[in-house]
Amino acid sequence: MHYALLIYGNEKAWESRDEREKQENHERHGRFMAMLRERGALLPGGQELAAAGTATTVRNSGDAVGTTDGPYAETAEQIGGFYLIDAPDLDAALEIARQLPEPIVEVRPVVMHPEMGN
Amino acid sequence: MAEDSLQDAFVAAARVWPEQGVPERPAAWLWTTAYRRALDRIRREEADARRLPLLIADSAADASRAGAGPGADLGAGRAAGLGAGLDGGLGAGLGGGLGAGLGAGRGAGPGGGSSDDDYSDVADERLRLLFACCHPALRADARAALMLRFVAGLTTAEIARLFLVSEPTMAARLTRAKAKMAVAGIPLRAPSAADLPERLDVVLRVLYLIFTEGYRATAGPDLIRPRLADEAIRLAYLVGELLPGEPRTLALLALMLLQHARRDARVAPDGTLILLPEQDRSRWRHDEIARGAGLLDLLEAAPMPGEYHLQALIAAEHAKPPPTDWPRIAHLYAELERRAPSPMVRLNRSVAVAEAGSPEAALSLLDGLAIRDSHLLPAVRAELLTRLGRHDEATKAFDEALTLVRTNPERQHLLRRRTER
Repeated sequence: MHYALLIYGNEKAWESRDEREKQENHERHGRFMAMLRERGALLPGGQELAAAGTATTVRNSGDAVGTTDGPYAETAEQIGGFYLIDAPDLDAALEIARQLPEPIVEVRPVVMHPEMGN
Repeated sequence: MAEDSLQDAFVAAARVWPEQGVPERPAAWLWTTAYRRALDRIRREEADARRLPLLIADSAADASRAGAGPGADLGAGRAAGLGAGLDGGLGAGLGGGLGAGLGAGRGAGPGGGSSDDDYSDVADERLRLLFACCHPALRADARAALMLRFVAGLTTAEIARLFLVSEPTMAARLTRAKAKMAVAGIPLRAPSAADLPERLDVVLRVLYLIFTEGYRATAGPDLIRPRLADEAIRLAYLVGELLPGEPRTLALLALMLLQHARRDARVAPDGTLILLPEQDRSRWRHDEIARGAGLLDLLEAAPMPGEYHLQALIAAEHAKPPPTDWPRIAHLYAELERRAPSPMVRLNRSVAVAEAGSPEAALSLLDGLAIRDSHLLPAVRAELLTRLGRHDEATKAFDEALTLVRTNPERQHLLRRRTER
């Protein structure tokens, strides 16, 4: 099965990290990805996302399209990035998620659409 | 009426994953098969007590074979004796109070008969089902419902009645949980050895939740619903049988047996709850008390009694004929508080300390304690202050308790105590 690992965190905490901490986090993710590759669990498509403050939200209500500054949900914790992984079942996916060096990881199954090539 | 089985969740799953056909791990097939076979098995097994010898036999075998590990907690010497007794037939040699209620002639002995292979297959399937239904990725209320539906084999209507919700509500809860199992890929598999302790904790918590739900006196026309407690005990026997040699399972089973043995004495004819000191002891099920106490005897050698074990020891003290050994109960509550601190444990400990003859020490245990929306804390404080002759403070505490008390019999009791001093 395919799962998305959605990484949530406090953006203020993310932004307040110094260069060394950012570098360390980067290296931890590098090791995490190496582990995924070694297991054949890494799927293409995962990305780090820019801060939620840079987001723009488009609301399409059918007859009107509204555009607003900022993320859809204005919460302290925002999605900061995601991985796509291949795991035999939820237990395996959770075991991988626990190794991710981030405080909150939502494990979400991916719906398969074979006609679209996944 | 919709066919209520695990199958529909997998029909939905099959729509989602059409390209996979029969998946590499044909969980759907396993689920359906496991469910049907488990259900058949359960229906054939009506006598729960029959499971007890099995559970002990396996524990005993573990202990005498390995001499270490969880089974050893049960005491190798005693266990070996039990094992020998079982080899010589069920009726004899069980000893330790366990013989009671396990009389001979309860069918074939453990491992006897022609169904050995079949049995171990079914046992594996049931174990997988059990852990899948108690997966941490499911909500606590869903776990309990799934356990009752797919491991205990109750109907959706029965479970709805037991949890005091409508049948459609319960059906929706089960459907949601089954869909989550299928779509999220919750495996039908026993956990790895490393995960087992934690996962077993969840299973036991679910069982105790089912059990205590039967005793929740806060809602519904019946103060207690013994059927839920029965099911929890039945499932605990099953867990003990499938995962033998787990002291925590035996301790929980002992706790539930000891508490449940008082069911007939807990409710007055007018439906009100009767507290322990006022209960008619002749209405307790003494055979069940003996069974619970027998399990505790097996656990005696455990070096670090866990939470369920301590609670069971307390229940066992209460089940003994008077006079109650309050110093021992106070000591057990102190241990329990060390293991699992909570305001209610502290409050119970304080009562035990007071009954053991130290109301002053009992009162100081209540310092800084807070239990929200409950009259129990001020009520206990009022009683302690009364004993200490501090009547003005006692009156204030009674008044506070009276503003919080919710049931009429308890209100009457407090009013009576407030004036009769």
